[in-house]
Amino acid sequence: MTTSTATPGSTTPAIRLAGVTRTFGSVVAVDDLDLTVRPGEVVAFLGPNGAGKTTTVDMILGLSAPTRGEVSVLGLSPRDAIARGLVSAVMQSGGLLKDLTVRETVRLTASLFPGAADPDDALERAGIAGLADRKVGKCSGGEQQRLRFALALLPDPAVLLLDEPTTGMDVEGRRSFWAAIRDDAARGRTVMFATHYLEEADQYADRIVLVRQGRIVADGSGAEIKALASGRTLRATLAGADAHALAGLPGVESVEIRGDSVVVHAANTDTVARHLLTETAARDLEITSRGLEDAFVTLTGTPAAEPQEDPR
Amino acid sequence: MNDTALPAASATAAATPGFDPATRAVPRWGGLNRTLVGIELRRVLRNRRTVIFAFVFPSALFFAFAGSQDYANESVGVGNVSAYIMVSMALYGAALTAASGGTAVALERSLGWSRQLRLTPLSPVSYILVKTLLAVLLGAVAVTMVNVAGLVQGKPDMPAATWVACALLTVVCSLVFAALGVFVGYLVPGENAMQILGPGLALLSFLGNVFIPITKGTTMWWVASTTPMFGVAEISRWPLTRELDWYSVLNAVAWLAVFVGGAAWRMSRDTARV
Repeated sequence: MTTSTATPGSTTPAIRLAGVTRTFGSVVAVDDLDLTVRPGEVVAFLGPNGAGKTTTVDMILGLSAPTRGEVSVLGLSPRDAIARGLVSAVMQSGGLLKDLTVRETVRLTASLFPGAADPDDALERAGIAGLADRKVGKCSGGEQQRLRFALALLPDPAVLLLDEPTTGMDVEGRRSFWAAIRDDAARGRTVMFATHYLEEADQYADRIVLVRQGRIVADGSGAEIKALASGRTLRATLAGADAHALAGLPGVESVEIRGDSVVVHAANTDTVARHLLTETAARDLEITSRGLEDAFVTLTGTPAAEPQEDPR
Repeated sequence: MNDTALPAASATAAATPGFDPATRAVPRWGGLNRTLVGIELRRVLRNRRTVIFAFVFPSALFFAFAGSQDYANESVGVGNVSAYIMVSMALYGAALTAASGGTAVALERSLGWSRQLRLTPLSPVSYILVKTLLAVLLGAVAVTMVNVAGLVQGKPDMPAATWVACALLTVVCSLVFAALGVFVGYLVPGENAMQILGPGLALLSFLGNVFIPITKGTTMWWVASTTPMFGVAEISRWPLTRELDWYSVLNAVAWLAVFVGGAAWRMSRDTARV
């Protein structure tokens, strides 16, 4: 299937989707999606419900096959990557047997991966060594989530997929969670997380992929996404500004002149800044982007969810 | 794995080899291993309902059925009718217990555990194999209990070697129903699987020459010979009756293939989120 396997380094993408389409009957859940994630990237997969996030994640995990197109993980088919413990996932709910103890669950899962981490070490690292002999069914939601993480990290996966990873965590929990994830990414682990918390995507991801109706509508850093949707706003102090000349610059949407101050809305404020600084006496330049929230609404046509709204 | 300081040049490279597909092994036997079987066995034995079901129910059924027929002492093959009934009842008990053991996958599915397992190297075939093995073990318990019930009752009569041979064959035959249990467990949501299998297996037992004797060569006989209980019943009683037709063996093998194939097929497609 794949010709160039096992080329270590940055040449093989961690995740690659090429022309991937997935339909369910007449519903197109994922529509001709192209996405390449480099090793060590932390990517937020952002979009309203029903945008195709889950379907895409399922295809990367080999849980469902694309109707058309190709999915590969580290140059392998998703199933081959799973069989080698290269990709794992943490889901929000389910996936645990209530009648097993925490230790049994970890031991059982570890036994399926050659070279998996030692179960007791894994329990220790996940901070649930004290719960080892407790039945999973008797553990709290947070404890079960820690267990899921411990399980996902057992094979030392190169790619980790997370579904709404910090739902239900408190602020401190979130912070330490993301610190751990960033550490892993620095070691080369690729992390892709589905979320609808904009703030989290903006703060912790290297890259945000925004999907809507099965298509990628934006792909870039948080700052790029914000600029893409709404442009930036540039303020400067300039006496006697030529509004007409400014409006004539490429990408300028509007120019306001209030006394000595100039406010320019533009998709590309860099051009405006260059012009102002080189051609005029403008000073005190200030460029601000509008919020990611605005970008989200503009690009997906839906308001983003508030963290507090989530019942779990 | 290596805590010592590395030269700067290789520091970045050192972080990645573990993520290189070439360094990763695929488990042997599709992930099947002793730890997995051991933990699964402990789970089964921890479930009191399952254990009581295997230990008590089939032998109770035997006492209820094989009570006071006046033809109980008539001879069949190398034994008597009572022995014939005992073997049949043991088969029914083993089938029922093994099937209920197999339906454990239904519960695991509703908990999202089978989806979780799909994210590990464990192959569907290995998973089914473990489930089947444990279900057969429960079947063996049921067979043993019915045979003990037969001994206690004292009516069944056949040579000791025949007795043992019948029991062993019955255990092997319960494999078919363990696979059926897994298959149905996948087809039917949650705890409903046994509600179908309970009456279903009773019906198949009537149809398949287990509960009531069907005269050989009649239309009914040929209908019976296509149903899943027929082949295994003939095989289980073979040491006693000393009669076994080729189509009985074919029947058992074919149904085993259907149920195992069906179970593996359902699991490989089972990715539903919960």
